[in-house]
Amino acid sequence: MNLTLHVWRQKGPQAKGKLETYQAKNVSPDQSFLEMLDEVNDDLIKSGKDPIAFDHDCREGICGMCSQVINGRPHGHEERTTVCQLHMRQFNDGDEIFVEPWRAKAFPIQKDLIVDRSSLDAIMQSGGYTSCHTGGVPDGNTFPIPKPVADYAMDAAECIGCGACIAACPNSSAMLYTSAKVAQLAALPQGKPEARKRVKAMTEALLAEGFGNCTNHYECEAACPKGISVKFIAKLNREYLKSMMPSSLGE
Amino acid sequence: MILDGKAPTGPIETSWDRHRFDMKLVNPANKRKYKILVVGTGLAGGAAAASLGELGYNVEAFCYQDSPRRAHSIAAQGGINAAKNYPSDGDSVYRLFYDTVKGGDFRAREADVWRLAQVSNNIIDQCVAQGVPFARDYAGYLDNRSFGGAQVSRTFYARGQTGQQLLLGAYSALSRQIKNKTVKMFARREMLDLVVVDGVAKGIACRNLITGEIESYWGDAVILATGGFVNVFYLSTNAMGCSATAIWRASKKGAYMANPCYTQIHPTCIPQHGDKQSKLTLMSESLRNDGRVWVPKKAEDCDKHPNDIPAEDRDYYLERKYPSFGNLAPRDIASRAAKEQCDDGRGVGDTKRGVYLDFKTSIERVGQPMIAQRYGNLFEMYEKITDENGYERPMRIYPAPHYSMGGLWVDYHCMSNIPGLFVLGEANFSVHGANRLGASALMQGLADGYFVIPYTIAQYMASVKPGEITDEHPEFKKSVEDVKGEINKLLSIKGKKTVGELHRELGSVMWEDVGMARSEASLKHALQRIPEIREEFWKNVNVTGESGELNQQLENAWRLADFLEFAEIMTTDALHREESCGGHFRTEHQTDDGEAMRDDENFCYVGAWEFKGAGVKPELHKEPLKFENVKLAVRSYK
Amino acid sequence: MNLFTSTVGRKILMAVTGLMLVGFITVHLLGNLSIFWGADAINAYAKHLHDLGPLVWIFRLVMLCLFAIHITFGVQLYLENKAANPEPYAVQKTLVTTFSAKTMVFTGLIILAFLIYHLLHFTVQVTNPDISAHNLPLVDGHLDVFTMVVMSFQKVFIAIIYLIAMVALFLHLSHGVSSWVQTLGWSTGPSQDKVTALGKLVAIVYGLAYIAIPLFILAHIVK
Ligand SMILES: Cc1cc2nc3c(=O)[nH]c(=O)nc-3n(C[C@H](O)[C@H](O)[C@H](O)COP(=O)(O)OP(=O)(O)OC[C@H]3O[C@@H](n4cnc5c(N)ncnc54)[C@H](O)[C@@H]3O)c2cc1C
Ligand code: HEM
Ligand code: FES
Repeated sequence: MNLTLHVWRQKGPQAKGKLETYQAKNVSPDQSFLEMLDEVNDDLIKSGKDPIAFDHDCREGICGMCSQVINGRPHGHEERTTVCQLHMRQFNDGDEIFVEPWRAKAFPIQKDLIVDRSSLDAIMQSGGYTSCHTGGVPDGNTFPIPKPVADYAMDAAECIGCGACIAACPNSSAMLYTSAKVAQLAALPQGKPEARKRVKAMTEALLAEGFGNCTNHYECEAACPKGISVKFIAKLNREYLKSMMPSSLGE
Repeated sequence: MILDGKAPTGPIETSWDRHRFDMKLVNPANKRKYKILVVGTGLAGGAAAASLGELGYNVEAFCYQDSPRRAHSIAAQGGINAAKNYPSDGDSVYRLFYDTVKGGDFRAREADVWRLAQVSNNIIDQCVAQGVPFARDYAGYLDNRSFGGAQVSRTFYARGQTGQQLLLGAYSALSRQIKNKTVKMFARREMLDLVVVDGVAKGIACRNLITGEIESYWGDAVILATGGFVNVFYLSTNAMGCSATAIWRASKKGAYMANPCYTQIHPTCIPQHGDKQSKLTLMSESLRNDGRVWVPKKAEDCDKHPNDIPAEDRDYYLERKYPSFGNLAPRDIASRAAKEQCDDGRGVGDTKRGVYLDFKTSIERVGQPMIAQRYGNLFEMYEKITDENGYERPMRIYPAPHYSMGGLWVDYHCMSNIPGLFVLGEANFSVHGANRLGASALMQGLADGYFVIPYTIAQYMASVKPGEITDEHPEFKKSVEDVKGEINKLLSIKGKKTVGELHRELGSVMWEDVGMARSEASLKHALQRIPEIREEFWKNVNVTGESGELNQQLENAWRLADFLEFAEIMTTDALHREESCGGHFRTEHQTDDGEAMRDDENFCYVGAWEFKGAGVKPELHKEPLKFENVKLAVRSYK
Repeated sequence: MNLFTSTVGRKILMAVTGLMLVGFITVHLLGNLSIFWGADAINAYAKHLHDLGPLVWIFRLVMLCLFAIHITFGVQLYLENKAANPEPYAVQKTLVTTFSAKTMVFTGLIILAFLIYHLLHFTVQVTNPDISAHNLPLVDGHLDVFTMVVMSFQKVFIAIIYLIAMVALFLHLSHGVSSWVQTLGWSTGPSQDKVTALGKLVAIVYGLAYIAIPLFILAHIVK
């Protein structure tokens, strides 16, 4: 099939960008979206032009590196799918496709479709961990964790940190991303001791990094390639409320 | 030269404990004065950087992705082994040790494997403490599953995303140290040179992938944990950015490359669909627990719909050839068998490079819902990629390059032959011998990072003066200039072929000639083709863009340039190793019924290669292997 | 304090004040609906309110605080969120969010504008002095609120202002009534859909009830 692409091209962070139009010819339905772009790039290189820069690595839908808004939807229209796993059979001959980078103040564009997501790392650094030392921890079976709790934590932990939730959010809020970690650790006995501190620190970092506030649009959940539920945002809110209550230690 | 692995002697059971006691310590106040560079922040590097930072060293860590959370460890699905023996099914540190030595076809250092088995239990505890949501049973205790090549259930898992969860655990520990300012993280940096001063590793040069700047960093020690090199085959289960670059550049500075011919081809991958494909996708080998592998008996049936081929016309070749292990034969054996069937003209699918993995019998036995519960996500993934429903018609699978057992040579301390250069995880050659068992790479990465290097590096640190050599030293400037020179050279060629095209060419040579089965003729053919492609590369590659900007073509170009040199050493190693063992199968060395034939008399050693210049034959150094605890025996899965 | 600066803290304040405002409009609605029971009913209700004396002032002060908090943070969050998402996509698409969720601050501001008008109209009674209760004959010795309301809404212009405001209120509530369940951390996933549906239903009921008053008067059903 043949497609018309409108791709965001931007030389560098300060440069002005714009949509450029390219033709993708003889696209095989078995190709992934990124493989289709690879070919467009090969053509560009051969005609002496700068190929389209885009982030990608594992191409298996797990590393969270790929990040493109396709026709207004982060990772494209197929549900629970990253761009690297989006296959061309999802498109039709003659389609016009708009390809844009994640857009948010906290994700400055570095080149074309590549954005800087270090703001997501900064949120994790503010408290997305348990402060255990290497070594000197108890046996893994010391605290039994009921299966539903372990499953709940795993549901939250499946986040691949791609940032689609932010790209989709009308407020560019990183609440789903933050809540997934808060909820995972708050559910587990290992994470409970620091739960109060964590939820405060991480939500503070979220604002400091320039993300917006959550106003319950739930676009994040709809865009998430891993189907992370907004129930974790409710859990974060609950944890936050708990952290406001005076503790029995009188802190 | 005969290499010394410096492994402790005496009873193996106490070897690590005794050795830990014998090693020097660095006192806490002094640790602050040392700087350690950690290149690579996957399981091995991430765990190492976090642990060393916590101990008090100044750590600077590097990765080429935009975040340490994206290292390719993230893609591991199946699980991680540990000798916890929670199910009380007869497991022990000794058994894990034994299985790993035997599984590696007796080509690993015993003491290293013992240590790995011993600390495997600490890993699970560590990960649980970090909040890794391992699967649990209804009583709330950790669940185990069984994995290829073992008769006990010792594999811990987190759904089909074990690697992801372990990496996120290490990433969280790393994040904590970054917050505490003991670790400084440099993402989107690719190491392009090792700085060696007076024979000692003292720093690195990297390219800032965003600005294009060439930067140098100094350290009192350098740790490489940069993962595997099977992208030398072009198509593999590795991520697009995985490369040999870091270890190869170190090798060019004098580090020995050990056993590069030991590569693992994983049997259950989704077959290639055409020549436009960029990577291959692995499906967990747990599928073989319920799937039966077959091909049509008659070549003319290969284009028929598989459901129209009656049972008597199907060849369940694994069950036929290996009645006792059947569909669960180890990876190397299952892969080779699939290749044989396809070579015999009985492969299926468009490309005829595929065999069926059929769940019909299991669905009839336990019902589709049960199969869906066990492997639902894999069936989904399969359908997304192939547009076929694995419940209704058999899946098609084919082997794909997956893991590199070989890597930089290290001693028991994980230190290479260059003092001050340490190598961890898949990047080193250490514990898996000639074949790696399922679920043990994650174990090795974390063992190296959390529980080995924090001890062994102290021994080295105690012998160097902190900050003695910094980036003021002229070698750093030279290194930066060298890298700049190479980059300018790549950009100035402006030929006709893209990097991708040339990589595909190299890949097809490597796959055909140095893949699952190798012969003297094929290896010699490869040794002739590789330099040709390399020459064409340096004459005719077209790298667009400039050096002072984000330039992905340029990144791909230097990675390929390194593969083009590395491939030669890998092939040379394969040609020199006149035996079949583990992932290395030489067609000249097989039994009458096609099984691998090891030659312990002549090849019971680690082959470590010293780089002597591109196109010049490398020099072989040997580290003889002694087996005092596990008796050398023929590996049989019949 | 964290409650007034953090992202969740301010949302919690929005939710709590929003909920209290819902409480207010509930009571207010019940009172207003007495108009359907005739002039005596609503006049009695009005008298009852007036008789509360100083309590009314305390109540008004509380309402003022609620509105102040709700509006201040509402506008503040809105501005922050705009700043966090400065550049639109060439193809702008949303999947699950609603018109009402996207327009909260605008419907809120319409309500605010209306509120001011509403107070000037019925409380201070300066907008239409001709039909102000103070200028109408007393009934049984107290103000004839009923006639004031009916005469007001018989004026198409005034009725339309009220209708627009009530539509805005409906929209505001159709997101707000379920949204607080999430904000206060009470939703637990699968039940969220039901909560959302229930919220919409409540909004519809309130919306219809509020709209009914000016509409029925305009249509001369109540006179
Ligand atoms: C699809 C798949 C499934 C697997 N499943 C399993 C399993 O179930 N169980 C199991 O035990 N093992 C499994 N493995 C193997 C296992 O995942 C890997 O061997 C292991 O995770 C490697 O970890 P590592 O830390 O050594 O390297 P990686 O995780 O690959 O990390 C490499 C790091 O080095 C960095 N790097 C590389 N080159 C440079 C450079 N030049 N400059 C700067 N930084 C650089 C990268 O950015 C990255 O941070 C699987 C592997 C694959 C591919
Ligand atoms: C009778 C009047 C009002 C009622 C009953 C009311 C009710 C509510 C409720 C229940 C919420 C939900 C809180 C949450 O998300 O948890 C809300 C949110 C909000 N309200 Fe109001 N409100 C009223 C007036 C106003 C006014 C005058 C404004 C003026 C700006 C306003 C602006 C907002 C905003 C911006 C939000 C947040 C939107 C969001 O979270 O998406 N409201 N309101
Ligand atoms: S490239 Fe890794 S998730 Fe898409």
